[in-house]
Amino acid sequence: MADRPDPQAQAGHNAPGLSLHVPEPKFRPGDAVDFSHVDVGEPGKQPRPDETCAPETMRDFAYGLVRVLGDDNRAHGPWDPKLDPETLRTMLGHMAMTRAFDERMFRGQRQGKTSFYMKCTGEEATSVAASMALASDDMVFPSYRQQGILIQRGYPLIEMINQIYSNRGDKLKGRQLPIMYSSKEHSFFTISGNLATQTPQAVGWAMASAIKGDTRIAATWVGEGSTAEGDFHSACLFATVYNAPVILNVINNQWAISSFSGFAGAERTTFAARALGYGLAGLRVDGNDPLACYAAEQWAANRARANAGPTLIEFFTYRAEGHSTSDDPSGYRSAQEREEWPLGDPVMRLKNHLIELGEWDEERQEKMDLEAAEHVKKVTKEAEANGILGHGLHHPFRTMFEDVFEELPWHLKEQAEQAIHERETKFPGGLPNEGKGA
Amino acid sequence: MSETETMSAPDQTPDQAPNQAEAKPERRLNMIEAINDALDISMQRDENVVVMGEDVGYFGGVFRCTAGLQEKHGKNRVFDTPISECGIIAAAVGMGAYGLRPVPEIQFADYIYPGLDQLISEAARLRYRSAAEYIAPMTVRSPFGGGIFGGQTHSQSPEAIFAHVSGLKTVIPATPYDAKGLLISAIEDNDPVIFFEPKRIYNGPFSGYYDKPVQPWKKFDQSVVPEGHYTIPLGKARLATEGEQVTILAYGTMVHVVEAVCKEKGIEADVLDLRTIVPLDIEAIEASVKKTGRCLIVHEATRTAGFGAELSALVTERCFYHLEAPVERVTGFDTPYPHSLEWAYFPGPIRIGEALDKILKD
Repeated sequence: MADRPDPQAQAGHNAPGLSLHVPEPKFRPGDAVDFSHVDVGEPGKQPRPDETCAPETMRDFAYGLVRVLGDDNRAHGPWDPKLDPETLRTMLGHMAMTRAFDERMFRGQRQGKTSFYMKCTGEEATSVAASMALASDDMVFPSYRQQGILIQRGYPLIEMINQIYSNRGDKLKGRQLPIMYSSKEHSFFTISGNLATQTPQAVGWAMASAIKGDTRIAATWVGEGSTAEGDFHSACLFATVYNAPVILNVINNQWAISSFSGFAGAERTTFAARALGYGLAGLRVDGNDPLACYAAEQWAANRARANAGPTLIEFFTYRAEGHSTSDDPSGYRSAQEREEWPLGDPVMRLKNHLIELGEWDEERQEKMDLEAAEHVKKVTKEAEANGILGHGLHHPFRTMFEDVFEELPWHLKEQAEQAIHERETKFPGGLPNEGKGA
Repeated sequence: MSETETMSAPDQTPDQAPNQAEAKPERRLNMIEAINDALDISMQRDENVVVMGEDVGYFGGVFRCTAGLQEKHGKNRVFDTPISECGIIAAAVGMGAYGLRPVPEIQFADYIYPGLDQLISEAARLRYRSAAEYIAPMTVRSPFGGGIFGGQTHSQSPEAIFAHVSGLKTVIPATPYDAKGLLISAIEDNDPVIFFEPKRIYNGPFSGYYDKPVQPWKKFDQSVVPEGHYTIPLGKARLATEGEQVTILAYGTMVHVVEAVCKEKGIEADVLDLRTIVPLDIEAIEASVKKTGRCLIVHEATRTAGFGAELSALVTERCFYHLEAPVERVTGFDTPYPHSLEWAYFPGPIRIGEALDKILKD
């Protein structure tokens, strides 16, 4: 056997030594940032295929970038969704509100009003514009960075803040980490902290809708880093096997906490290209271009609703802030990245487009931003009247044991009695705030 | 009355066929047929019940539990899935959120692990984390246990893993009659249920003597399975045999093995078939151990941190002053399930017999 190693020989003696490639981002703290290697293509150049086209004809869409808004602030090409100015202003308003909300809640966390917060700064279009392209009763299975969907769907801000504060107004009874919202009324699935689990669940929901001959579709959002999870593979596979009416939105914001997208495979290919291996329709979209986001989601929704199949959309964007209140991005990436990001800021781009159309101006923008900030401030105060995290017990103690099962089995009943006994021992006079908020 | 008994209706005493069956001729089914019947009836009664899993559709399942269901109820409600336990459980979570009542099959319990995150972090937690906005009314069926020369990947008994997870119910039938009534209860339950089917006793009860021929279920009264709908409440044990000398806690295959050992040794034991381990029928356990003063726990699963440890702790905590001997456990060994040495691993008549001798010594 000629290829059998000589047991006496030194390992690898006659062949080049193997080396392990560990991905490394281009820029670290302090580095000058140059994004000229990022090919963003030209707005308006991508053709718009028919929604019912075969996935194998869409190869170029997995590597290119669907763009509509140009540097001239005008809409270009066949992907222009041709939205009327009122709709564009609504979109801008939801995005501005999302940003104002993020600012206030981030500050609230820093002030000790809650334990945790996550901003979506720079990614507002990927939730707000995409959500606007869906029907309001299409079911969404978001990750933790799609607060824009709830704002777009009209979920009351006070409910969001109550949840963030885990206060007595929190419909989730203080059980979930802040921002892990749930609203069945708004067809918004309960958010999980475990990554990518929502993606195959969305496919299951879409399968159920198809089983029942319903007309509603499902959409899910997942970060590019989380596509590494096996659940995402299951989602892609089940979606294509059952031709499920579902949209898999991958938010490629370049960073998963401190791990750049290369650790999810971005050094070798795009996330949209994952679609090709499954036979899914795949689109790669400028995630900072609200018109492109809307158009792509609308295309995929039309496709799903026509029983023409699922779509995987990669929204190419940039996480302008840290992962959450718990990390400091200046410790792992260059601060210049945000300024140098070649696709700009989605709020500014939509604002400038409306101004270019003669449908908006700086003065109205300033007024809108101010009103958004004031509205959030006012609602925050209202929510604070329901208590903030750490100020007393906001929910009756027994609620800790409820909803584990539909009914309380004996072992939980016994444990609830023990817990109540412990509180009575610690606070013999009882807690004045218990169940009534701070 | 245990707390959980009120959860399922109609209330029935164990081993008592419902009145509706009295007029009909006696029908004897093996456990596979009983499970198939339960699925069929559940699908007839509730159009939201869907059955999915590897090979469950056209083929009818590797153990035939879903035979004929696709033909009868259509491909939209009974369908094959990719070989992806994660995807199967996740899709069932999504279907449950939609309003369906999915009954996914995991072909062998040994294959369930890729689906654990979806079971533990998702299905079991939806109700709690959404304050009951979303629930996961799914029943995960899966053949489990050894004794069929399945080697380490077709023989495991992982029930303790699921019993440890808050928010999951775990059910293990030991007879065809129970399999049907418990499965219908599980499917109608609004919480996620793990339904482990002891595959060694699919076709007939097992005495523990692998070298003796299997007696088919039809020779035993527990195979009398009435037609139509009936339920057995989850959380209610069955007193398989009654005796004063010792209480034996078991479930699944081991119920029959301990019954055979007691018969052989002339021991009169309360053999309590737990039927569900979460919720557990603690009242039945306490009542029996306080009566006999001795307790043996038998399961096929590995010993360390097995469900027997929980049972032993509960009995000791609650019945200590009634005990006349230490609580004993008979279990599988803490090894992977071996293939050729299966019967050396299996907690058979010798291991059980010696434990009984020890517990009854004084």
